[in-house]
Amino acid sequence: MSATYSHAPGFVAGDRPKIVTSRFEFADSFTLDRYLATNGYKGLRAALSRPANEIHDDVKSATVLGRGGAGFPAGTKWGLTPQQVWPKYLVVNGDESEPGTYKDRLLMERDPHQLIEGCLIACYAAGLSQCFLYIRGEMALAQERVAAGLNEAYVAGYVGKNILGSNFSVDIILHWGAGAYVVGEETALIESLEGNRGMPRLKPPFFPAVNGLYGQPTIVNNVETLANLPWLLCNGVDAYTAVGTKTSPGTRMVAVSGHVKRPGVFEIINGTTTFRDLIFGEEFCGGIRNDKQLKAFVPGGGSAPWFTADQLDLPFEASQVGPAGSMLGSGAVIVMDETTDIPAAALTLTHCYAHESCGKCTPCREGGTWLERILRRIVDGDGTDADLQQLLEVGAMICPGDFPHAANAQLGLTAVPFPYKMTTICFVGPSAFAPVHSALTLFRSEFESRVTKRVTIPVTAVSAVKKVTPVGAH
Amino acid sequence: MSRLTDKNLVIAKEIIARYPRQKSALIPLLHLAQEQTGYISREAMVHLGELVGVTSAEVYGTATFYEMFRFEPIGKYLVNICGTMSCALMGAHELMHHAEKRLGVKAGGTTQDGMFTLAHAECQAACTEAPCLQVNYRYRLRVSTTDLDKLIDDLEAGKLSEEIPAHGVLAKVRQHIAPDRVVGAVSPELVNQAPAWLNGKAAL
Repeated sequence: MSATYSHAPGFVAGDRPKIVTSRFEFADSFTLDRYLATNGYKGLRAALSRPANEIHDDVKSATVLGRGGAGFPAGTKWGLTPQQVWPKYLVVNGDESEPGTYKDRLLMERDPHQLIEGCLIACYAAGLSQCFLYIRGEMALAQERVAAGLNEAYVAGYVGKNILGSNFSVDIILHWGAGAYVVGEETALIESLEGNRGMPRLKPPFFPAVNGLYGQPTIVNNVETLANLPWLLCNGVDAYTAVGTKTSPGTRMVAVSGHVKRPGVFEIINGTTTFRDLIFGEEFCGGIRNDKQLKAFVPGGGSAPWFTADQLDLPFEASQVGPAGSMLGSGAVIVMDETTDIPAAALTLTHCYAHESCGKCTPCREGGTWLERILRRIVDGDGTDADLQQLLEVGAMICPGDFPHAANAQLGLTAVPFPYKMTTICFVGPSAFAPVHSALTLFRSEFESRVTKRVTIPVTAVSAVKKVTPVGAH
Repeated sequence: MSRLTDKNLVIAKEIIARYPRQKSALIPLLHLAQEQTGYISREAMVHLGELVGVTSAEVYGTATFYEMFRFEPIGKYLVNICGTMSCALMGAHELMHHAEKRLGVKAGGTTQDGMFTLAHAECQAACTEAPCLQVNYRYRLRVSTTDLDKLIDDLEAGKLSEEIPAHGVLAKVRQHIAPDRVVGAVSPELVNQAPAWLNGKAAL
């Protein structure tokens, strides 16, 4: 039976391999003392005792996938920077704000030294001269714990000048945001770090690996991705790839929230654990609350198209979830039971993305707001049947062509694979449409029963209006 | 006056020195100004502009993009109730209605005594502990309407002032780098070669 640690609310341990959450069971997991007593900074020591390019090769052959959403292998990403341009920077993306997701916050609050060590290993292996650790503004405790961790690590000689007495020197600068979802996008994060409004940059030319922070080659890695590195360096590539599958090795953290009996954050085995395990398995969420029926679930954070019971047996493996019409994203499953008001549920997400649009791209700025307004009047009972078509037309301005959705046997639908085409720079715009499209495709009847049929006023009726006697005396 | 105090000016200069470009320090400095007064005044923005070498209009441009920055006084306690999907599925709307009734203000409003500002927030990354809220960015999880009443009672009675500082204060611990440990900002103007440890040999 799995245990929840009261000092790490939300996190549920279990009898599974633990790569990034191994210290969560200790109440003092965030201190340097505890860290050093549990293999802390041994990965760094192991890394520094070998040439940097070998460490880079290790990370490449272990296929450490990016845990931020896109799932791009970290080792490959590090290799994309130009060879002769210096300095290069590391920017750590701790601006976790995707609806449904929280793992980076726990990793920063509960084990800041693991993240710090991961940053150091990345800087050493990829030759990055300065590291900026960007934490979401609203996460006061994470900022506090990482600041305290960095202060301890600097004093103890693990960060800063001549680390462990070697010729490896790097500063890790704690930086924090101020409340903007879009800054989780890597180019917007860089803009924000330069002190500007956090609006995404167009790629090309602004691929961070080539033209990032201050125009220099910049690696942007997610917190969880970097938190994997100390364990990898301590235990070796073979031990790492022994967990999970060939294409998705290791573990990953997944938050399952919504209408389940025991919502929680779990470190699961990558590639093999299925959505059914997660939602219904006794060691995970234990089924739907009050033993109701599952209606739908969001498989990969608020931006992901929805799945229904038909997709429960898919594993947490990008190469299978993509063709099935959605994405794994940032490791967040949101479960809806049969009592869920689907249009209202979609509205909460569309409202979020419309609200968080930075305003740079017209389809997102205008389209997101339109989607929200139309959806709101449907939910409020003021919509007409024309609104349903209007939703899809507005969505097609943001994402032209077929939008991904899941197969559904009952409705006779076949899957449209991920990804979609988009007319915006980043994914905020499409994300506003994703819940609307999923809800409309899979649960259209719930919308139809809610809207009134549009009444067309015939021309004769208009002329009839003129004959009406005015109300009141004139 | 709400330019930075002498004490905060020292902190500001320490922060600025960490970045290859001064303007990068802007968001941390805006937080510092907000910590000092509870909101960001025009004078503070002029001062920050002088410190990082940009116009006050540029400071204003950056500041207004981010939701956490306020440009007029708000309540001592900012109560952000999450309303995104996971929380909404678990009763966030009901919680918001209750909070509006209890505090006598609509979402976005501030109570007359200046104690509370109530706001609707987007996902706060505590989705399994829904519905959740933050008071001055400190979490309260699985909040029932009774919990909310108790929270407001406690805040009014000053029982939580130790844990929850007045609006504007984020982390209570600041990063500090001792002069003998710091590498210093690595700016593209000063560095144009590979770092020392990339010489094909082990660093240790």
